[in-house]
Amino acid sequence: MSELLEVAISRELLEKIREHGVETYPYECCGAMLGRDLGLSENVASDKKSHSVSREVHSLFPLVNRRDDSPRNRFSVTADDVRDAEKTARVQGLEVIGWYHSHPDHPARPSDYDRDHAWPWYSYVIVSVDTGVPQDMTSWRLKDDRSGFLEEKIAPIEVSARN
Amino acid sequence: MSVKVMIPTPLRAYAGKRDSAEFSAATVGEALSGLTSQFGELRKHLYTEDGKLRAFVNVYLNDEDIRYLAKENTPTKDGDTISIVPSIAGGSFAH
Repeated sequence: MSELLEVAISRELLEKIREHGVETYPYECCGAMLGRDLGLSENVASDKKSHSVSREVHSLFPLVNRRDDSPRNRFSVTADDVRDAEKTARVQGLEVIGWYHSHPDHPARPSDYDRDHAWPWYSYVIVSVDTGVPQDMTSWRLKDDRSGFLEEKIAPIEVSARN
Repeated sequence: MSVKVMIPTPLRAYAGKRDSAEFSAATVGEALSGLTSQFGELRKHLYTEDGKLRAFVNVYLNDEDIRYLAKENTPTKDGDTISIVPSIAGGSFAH
């Protein structure tokens, strides 16, 4: 069975990510995605190819971009911010499953800089914001050998947002 | 000295899904070396090719960032906890 990476996010939360990117434009926005990692699951009820839905995002934890020296094309989340996100996730019975950020006036594709600084396992959602208007949104996971990213399908779902 | 190393979520898949591991170590560096010796796949996510801790890898001895102590030479004592906490960074192509 081939493995399909998917992250399920409600349309409401997808819109909140876009809104955050518009709010901070022309600077990059960033935030944590809180949810659950579901592991692998197989669709045996369908005649379609088996697939996996591996995680769900249940809420967002918007953060301040700490890169105030180059916020148009860089974002940074400090260890203290990560700890705050993890604490908030625990309170909600969730865990931090990834991070989102925007690319002002650039495609929603990870850069070499993104790759150099990425952690494995996390979902990295990127939204392109072109002249203040949100465009494509994509999600990525770092390959085990750090050579690049695997694209992860964003599956919009109707889940009640927690925030 | 027996110290516990807390393994952050993004690295647990490379450590047998464990959230912590204990090692006999006299320094933080020895404990991290024990960790990467036992779980070899962790090494490239924690260290650069020239053997330095990656900038976005933050290591705490109990609640203190080792950058403000003696870095990896920081001595440890029985019962200490070493935490690995990510920083997150990225950005678009142009500079």
